[in-house]
Amino acid sequence: MIQSMSELTFREAITMGLVEAIESDERVFIMGEDIGEYGGAYSVTRGFLEKYGPKRVKDTPISEAAFIGAGVGAATVGLRPIVELMSMSFALVGFDQIVNMAANIRYMSGGQLSVPMVIRAPTGAGVQLGATHSQSFETWLAEVPGMYCVCPSNPSDALGLLRTAIKDDNPVVFAEHAHLYTSRGTVPRDYYDIPLGEASVARAGDDVTLVSYGYGVKILHEASDTLEETGVSAEVIDLRSLHPMDLDAVVASVQKTGRAVMLDTARRLGGVMAELVAETQERAMDWLDAPIIRVGAKNVPWPYNRALEQDALPSPQDVVDAVGKTIAF
Amino acid sequence: MDLGENYLTASEFATDQKTNHQPKVSGSSSNSSDASPSTSGLSISSRSPAPHDLINLYRSMYRIRRFEQTCGQYYASEHIRGFLHLYIGQEATGVGSISALEQQDYVVTHYRDHGHALARGIDTNRVMAEMFGRAAGVSKGKGGSMHIFDAAKRFMGGHAIVGAQIPLAAGIALAQQYLETNAVTIVYFGDGATNQGTFHETLNLASVWGLPILFFMENNLYGMGSAVGRVRVLGNDFTDAMAAYDINAISVDGMDVLAVREATESALQRIRAHGSPLFIEAKTFRFVGHSYADRGDQYRPRSEIEEWKKRDPIVTYPKHLVKSGIATKIELSEVIEEVNGEIEAAVKFALQTPDPDLSELLEDIYA
Repeated sequence: MIQSMSELTFREAITMGLVEAIESDERVFIMGEDIGEYGGAYSVTRGFLEKYGPKRVKDTPISEAAFIGAGVGAATVGLRPIVELMSMSFALVGFDQIVNMAANIRYMSGGQLSVPMVIRAPTGAGVQLGATHSQSFETWLAEVPGMYCVCPSNPSDALGLLRTAIKDDNPVVFAEHAHLYTSRGTVPRDYYDIPLGEASVARAGDDVTLVSYGYGVKILHEASDTLEETGVSAEVIDLRSLHPMDLDAVVASVQKTGRAVMLDTARRLGGVMAELVAETQERAMDWLDAPIIRVGAKNVPWPYNRALEQDALPSPQDVVDAVGKTIAF
Repeated sequence: MDLGENYLTASEFATDQKTNHQPKVSGSSSNSSDASPSTSGLSISSRSPAPHDLINLYRSMYRIRRFEQTCGQYYASEHIRGFLHLYIGQEATGVGSISALEQQDYVVTHYRDHGHALARGIDTNRVMAEMFGRAAGVSKGKGGSMHIFDAAKRFMGGHAIVGAQIPLAAGIALAQQYLETNAVTIVYFGDGATNQGTFHETLNLASVWGLPILFFMENNLYGMGSAVGRVRVLGNDFTDAMAAYDINAISVDGMDVLAVREATESALQRIRAHGSPLFIEAKTFRFVGHSYADRGDQYRPRSEIEEWKKRDPIVTYPKHLVKSGIATKIELSEVIEEVNGEIEAAVKFALQTPDPDLSELLEDIYA
């Protein structure tokens, strides 16, 4: 068992997925701002330019609309671009290309064109970058038909999902929470991949279902530890994909526990969990012993000041408190 | 109108290429001092196409005119819905340029796209069926007037956000560079698109990366109801500005199908040889409104419309063919009859062919 696993950081796992793709498929190339000479804002592609050359590793001008759109165009004629955005917040600059072009082009061409492209981007708040660099627009993109959206929480899932995303024939938004790059985890040495739209049970439990994705799963683990001390057994569901969303896994867990708390690390208003709560109560009303509670970031622009930012973010204690409410109901 | 001043003509562009030195042709006065404006008459290419090809240029332009007029009628009768942007008046730009392309080349265009689609040889029946929203339409009735696609013809849309198609085209060109093909991507856009960020970003990107792309600007002088001069600080001429991107540019009379064809041929040759982008600006005019909802005469003086109509390629070009002995009036009236029959048949087809099955709603979302 030990021999078949390696310990990697989240960053190393993604780097490994990219290396594999470049080395195994000539159609794959990577482009983005400062991914080559500079090695990537989060060092994911350090050394790539030297090793694979400028054809496979393309530094772009700071022109998100142009290079996202160029990725779409290249994908329609048979290449498999992986486009890196320096921040998910910068997706706004190229939003038209992501939504109107990448996602819509297959449908409006009557199925003639497809866009096998991955858009990778660091996402999330918590490192004092202020309002313009801390947003989590994967929650907006998760709604768009014609593309997929994934948000891994650990190195093993990051690699498994990236492998699948790169091989998929549709646009996939791959959201990497910036807090996770240095987190460590075990990764199987043998090849594996993880289907899009398949949640995992990150921790089994009986009394309450906790659901999140990405960095939120870390918060749920901490909350579960606290709950365990008070005799509450929490089941943690890691959505892993925001689109498609694994409703069956969530419903199955809720049918077992009768209670649920759902966590967005993005803003609570209009977040992914708003959708999930609605779907879950429609499907599992008869099994619920209490209303499902949503926990999420406050509905404010992200502040710079650390205390203010921490106050805007959801904490493990917020989750514990929410669980308390569902039990007391 | 001051067409023809301060820019190089297509034939000079071709000459420039033959001498194989690559000066910036964009509008510097030394290059254009002896430019002969082609505001009257029609230029004839030094590489004169065969009479058959010359007649086919007329056929293609007339097909578009007849198609667009017919679409207007069926829009009025509500068989065609949504937005309808007609290409009437601009036929020479699309036909002249697309006739210079090879099969391997890619076409990317804007929402005023029926003309380009027909010029590219996409089946008239299937384009008309798309207008009617039918399952047999090129985009299965899911795209409509603004989203015409035919991958088999390398016709990559029909894009309806102004300027959004320009980066897409750069990506297709990037793929050709990557795969080491000899195909060029031509991307059409209007004057309205030139104030979008995507236009400037893509010119820079294509130039930095040396992409095999032909930026083809159809300058019809009005972005919807806004005269170029009201919304662009440098006014109506665009070639000078291309120096900022280190992209060679020429302006061509967009009402002269042969001049457009010749300019495009030269540009394509040069792009294939050097692998770097080029820019063509074709001054043209739509004789109708921006869309069917617009009469087009509120923001444009009637006199301006009338002046341009005197240069209508559907009128001037056949006269030229007859005058230079390339075709007889009888031959040309046969073309008209054939095309009229073709469009009539396309309408009949579109009227009779079924709507998509409702199950199609959920198809073609994912590959």
